[in-house]
Amino acid sequence: MNILKKIIMPLLGLLLWELLAIWLNNPVIIPPVESVINILMNPQTSVLGTGNLIENTIVSIKRVISGFIIAGIIGIPLGIFMGYFSTIMDLFDTLIELLRPIPPLAWVPLALAWFGIGETSMLFIIFIGAFFPILLNTIAGVKSVPKILIESIETLGAKEKDILLKIILPASSPSILTGLRVGAGIAWMCVVAAEMLPGSNSGLGYLIMYAYSLSRMDIVVASMVIIGMIGLILDRGLKYLENRYFKWKSLTK
Amino acid sequence: MEIFDKIKLVFLMSAILEIKNVVKKFISEKKEVLAVDNVNFYVKHNEFLSIVGPSGCGKSTLLRMIAGLETPTSGEILMEGRKIKGPGAERGMVFQQYTLLPWRKVLDNVAIGLEIKGIPKKERYEISRKFIKMIGLEGFEDSYPYELSGGMQQRVAIGRTLANDPKIVLMDEPFGALDTQTRTILQNELLRIWNKDKKTVLFVTHSVDEAIYLSDRVIIMTARPGRIKDIIPIDLDRPRKRNSMEFIEYKKKIVDKLKDEVLKTYNMNNYSI
Repeated sequence: MNILKKIIMPLLGLLLWELLAIWLNNPVIIPPVESVINILMNPQTSVLGTGNLIENTIVSIKRVISGFIIAGIIGIPLGIFMGYFSTIMDLFDTLIELLRPIPPLAWVPLALAWFGIGETSMLFIIFIGAFFPILLNTIAGVKSVPKILIESIETLGAKEKDILLKIILPASSPSILTGLRVGAGIAWMCVVAAEMLPGSNSGLGYLIMYAYSLSRMDIVVASMVIIGMIGLILDRGLKYLENRYFKWKSLTK
Repeated sequence: MEIFDKIKLVFLMSAILEIKNVVKKFISEKKEVLAVDNVNFYVKHNEFLSIVGPSGCGKSTLLRMIAGLETPTSGEILMEGRKIKGPGAERGMVFQQYTLLPWRKVLDNVAIGLEIKGIPKKERYEISRKFIKMIGLEGFEDSYPYELSGGMQQRVAIGRTLANDPKIVLMDEPFGALDTQTRTILQNELLRIWNKDKKTVLFVTHSVDEAIYLSDRVIIMTARPGRIKDIIPIDLDRPRKRNSMEFIEYKKKIVDKLKDEVLKTYNMNNYSI
């Protein structure tokens, strides 16, 4: 019964879409459902001479992972230090608050000017997208560590290093993982946008723009479905980790 | 004069902790609050010493200064003759709030002090298991704090402090948040462990009954600013009987001394409203 409730709206949506496709009879505006499914069912066949769906998906995923990892490597330690040492917070806070509201795509011209057309520019855009949620959630996690936990291990002989490694890091890791989850979602959105930039010649974003230029809306929609599914898997996967490893967070009074 | 100095020296040799002219002011933008005013006392080796006083009298602040978590505004605190600077493992503290690390199992919570000291895993688990047994939680080594009751969590906190082998155990109303039955059980446990382990304990409480039941001496503090009003030695054999005449006599005596102070606190609070 529950499953039925969950899938009834998507099924109705599909039905409506198919009816509209038949009624309009114009695949450039609404491609019929079966043509999209057909593409999704044959992901190994080359589309439009740009490689197949799987290859393009893997290219996009690789880019996201690279940009995301760089964002984590810089964002998590910086967040921990900013959250813990007020001097570092004072030094970086204003700068970060100024840069944070700038949408990742506003960086595109600068990225192109600095790194030229190609991978590095795309990684930079993904990095910008993932960096701020990771950083801000890490800071929030560190700031929410109860002072009494720190004091109690200080009376057991803990020094700064022990406090950081044995209290601050584990106590803020649920919040860090939330940051990673949000960051991964934004990184995934950024890769698609970055691949639509001039000079790109692979990835799902590129495939969408290229298919659009050839009026192949079935390929556009098929790519969009894949983007949606991967975004969902990414989010659910990290959420699973949160529940699996940080059960103490929700169960501690 | 010389003889007095000698007597003083003998006293100090048996003292593990000395509190000398300690003053603590909390200074905020709007006002200055004198929390602890010129407190002097010492704690002897293996002694069980309690501090009682009305709430807000600065007894917890005093304990936190001894732990090194606050700095005295003036005066000094000497641990075995050396002035303390900040927290240290030789002054273990048990807090009123629950302070176990929620992501660590009981065994790893008890072992954390030894882990910080760099003792190898096998050895620190061995020691920790011994202390878990001592606090009566054998079989709970792999439980997480959220699976334990408040009383059990406080036992683990006590075990964690003792496993770290401090020279003095500071306890800040450790049983304050517990119900009466659990409290009585833990008081007896504490006495048993204190007897066996021969530790020095400095115990802050607002319960006169608890202080008399546990302590060799009871320090009575005045209402804010906290000063020492009196120090009462409790000359009763253990285990003490709460309904014995002597126990009740002590209780009367201390409660009487405290009564004025509680009234002062009450008036102070009324004026400030």
